[in-house]
Amino acid sequence: MKPPDPCRPATVLERADFPRLFEVLAGRGYQVVGPTVRDGAIVYDALDGPEQLPAGWTDEQDGGTYRLKRRADAALFGYVVGPHSWKKFLFPPEQRVFRAHRTADGFEVLPEEVAAPKLAFLGVRSCELHAIAIQDRVFLGGRFVDAAYQLRRANAFLIAVNCGQAGGTCFCASMHTGPKATTGYDLALTEILENGRHAFLIEAGSATGAEVLAELPHHPATAADTTAAEAATARATAHMGRSLDTRGIKDLLYRNPDHPRWKDVADRCLSCANCTMVCPTCFCSNVEDVTDLTGEHAERWRKWDSCFTLSFSHVTGGAVRPTVKARYRQWLTHKLASWIDQFGTSGCVGCGRCITWCPVAIDLTEEVRAIRESSPA
Amino acid sequence: MKQPGKPKLAVWKFSSCDGCQLSLLDCEDELLAISGEIQIANFPEASREVVKGPYDLSLVEGSITTPHDAERIHQVRRASKHLVTIGACATAGGIQALRNFKDVKEFTSIVYARPEYISTLAKSTPIADHVFVDFELRGCPVNKHQLLEVISAFLAGRQPNTPPHGVCMECKRRGIVCVMVAHGTPCLGPVTHGGCGALCPAYQRGCYGCFGPKETPNTRSLAHWMGDALQVTEPDLTRTFRTYNAGAEPFRKESEAHE
Repeated sequence: MKPPDPCRPATVLERADFPRLFEVLAGRGYQVVGPTVRDGAIVYDALDGPEQLPAGWTDEQDGGTYRLKRRADAALFGYVVGPHSWKKFLFPPEQRVFRAHRTADGFEVLPEEVAAPKLAFLGVRSCELHAIAIQDRVFLGGRFVDAAYQLRRANAFLIAVNCGQAGGTCFCASMHTGPKATTGYDLALTEILENGRHAFLIEAGSATGAEVLAELPHHPATAADTTAAEAATARATAHMGRSLDTRGIKDLLYRNPDHPRWKDVADRCLSCANCTMVCPTCFCSNVEDVTDLTGEHAERWRKWDSCFTLSFSHVTGGAVRPTVKARYRQWLTHKLASWIDQFGTSGCVGCGRCITWCPVAIDLTEEVRAIRESSPA
Repeated sequence: MKQPGKPKLAVWKFSSCDGCQLSLLDCEDELLAISGEIQIANFPEASREVVKGPYDLSLVEGSITTPHDAERIHQVRRASKHLVTIGACATAGGIQALRNFKDVKEFTSIVYARPEYISTLAKSTPIADHVFVDFELRGCPVNKHQLLEVISAFLAGRQPNTPPHGVCMECKRRGIVCVMVAHGTPCLGPVTHGGCGALCPAYQRGCYGCFGPKETPNTRSLAHWMGDALQVTEPDLTRTFRTYNAGAEPFRKESEAHE
C-alpha cells in the first residue's frame, strides 16, 4: 500500500462547492451512484444530485439491528455502511449470460451485450475499497477473467470517504482495512465539520482523479483542516464496535474442524444466506438454464448463490454439506482461513455487515473468540 | 377432441379457494402460447369441454378433507402420467389444516344446524399423503411465473428451477432493506421457501410464510429471536406459524412449541 505523499499539499473542497463534483462527473459522462435514504436505511442507488445524499442522518448498528437516527449536524457522510455494497454494481445479483434459439440443424447462441455504464461510486469506505480489491483478484486475477466484471470495473470511478466515526459492528481497524483509505481510489474525501465550518479534505489517488480535482474549485488546507481530518480518522479508529483477533487465525480454524462451537452456532444459524448476500467479498454464483413454453428459446442466467444453500454443494448422491453446522463452518473457515491460501489475503474486511444483517445476530468475531478461548493448543 | 401430438393437461380441484388454478388463467400474455403447446383437456374453470383421460400432466389444487376427496385423488392419479400439486392446500393442507389442531366434531356441532349432514375428515392433508406426487409447487397462491416454469420444464423434459432456499436470498438479490433488521418487523423470510420474489418485504411487510418451510428451516432459532428481541408473545408465535402452511411439519411443530 502506498501512503499518501506527505509533501503533496492537502487540498480542501468547500461544502458550498460540493455540488460541482456532480456537475464535473456528469460532464465526463459518469452517472453518480452513492448513499441515499430508502425504506429506513442508507442504501446505494443512482443519485441525480447532492440533495439526495443522507444529509444529517446516521445509523446505529448492532447484531441483528440497524436504525436510522437524526444527527445534530448536516454531515453528508455521517454514518457507516448499510445493507448494500458496491458489488451490486460490479457483480450484479442477476445477469443473463446468453440467449439461444433453435435452428434447423441445432441451436444458435446469441452473446449477451454487457451493460457497463460509466459509474462514479461516491462514498466508498476504506473497507469497501479493500473488498473491491479482493473481488478484483477473484474475478480478474486468475487464469479465467470475468469479462463483464472487467468492463464494469474499468468504467468505475471510485470516490472514497474516510470514516469519521465507526459503527457498532465495525472492525476494520483489527483487519487493517481502515478506517482511512490508503489505496485503490480515484479521489478521497474526509468530511470536516467543526465550529460551523463544513468542508472536505480532498486528495487524488489516480491520474483521472487528479483531472477531476483540477476541474473542482479547491484551495490548500489550513493546519486546522488537516488536524480536523486526522482527528476524524482517530475518532473512527477509537470507536470500533467489534474487533477480531487475527493472530494465527488460519491455523486456529484449520485446527478446529470439530470444535463444539460449530454445533452451538448451527443451533442459532438460519442458513438464510443473508450474511453471504450482504458480504462485499462473497462472490459465489450459480447458473440457471431456462426454456420457454415453445422450447424454441433458452436463456442462461447467473445469480448470486450462497454456500448456505443445500444445492450449493449438491453432487450426484446429494449435498456434501447437508448440515447447517457444515455450512457455517465452511463459510467462516473459507472467509477467514482458506481464503488466505487461495487469494493471499483474508476474505473479511471488517465491515460488519454479516453481523448487522444476520436476522438472529450471529457475530463472527464472537464465534472466532469462542473457538480461540477453548481451542486445544 | 384430442389434439394429436400435444400433451394433455388437466386441472383438478380439491379443498381450496381456486386461487392457484386461477393463476393459470392469470397468465394472460402466455395463455395462447400454453394452448399452442399443450391441450387444455380438462379444466372446468376455463372450458366446459372435457377431453377424456389419461392426461400427460395433471395440476392438482386443494387438500384432502372429505372421504370422497380421499377416493377421488386415487382416480386422478390413475388418470395422470405426471401429477404436480400446486399451492399450499395441495402441498401442506392449506389454511383448512387449522382443523388439525382442534376437534372437528365439536365445531361442526356448533356451526351447523344439522351436523349429521357434514361428511368430513378429522384432518386436512396434502395430496402427497395419499398418492405419489411428481412435483410440488409451493405458494398461497402459486406464483404464475413459477407455474409457467413448471409447465415449460415439463414440456422440455427438464427439472423446473424452483429453488428451495429461503425468501431472504430473493429479498437481498432485489436489494430490499431487511424489514426485521432495519424496522424490527417480525418476518418469516429466513425460514420460508422462496418463489414469491420477496413480495411482502418489497412493500415493507414481514413475510407471512405463504410458500411454506424452506430447506433445513431453523424455526426454533427464528422464533426465539422474535420472542426475545422483537417481543412477539407466545400466542402470537403460535399464530405466526399457523397460517396457510399450518400443516407443514416444521411450521406445525413450531406453532405447537408455543402453545
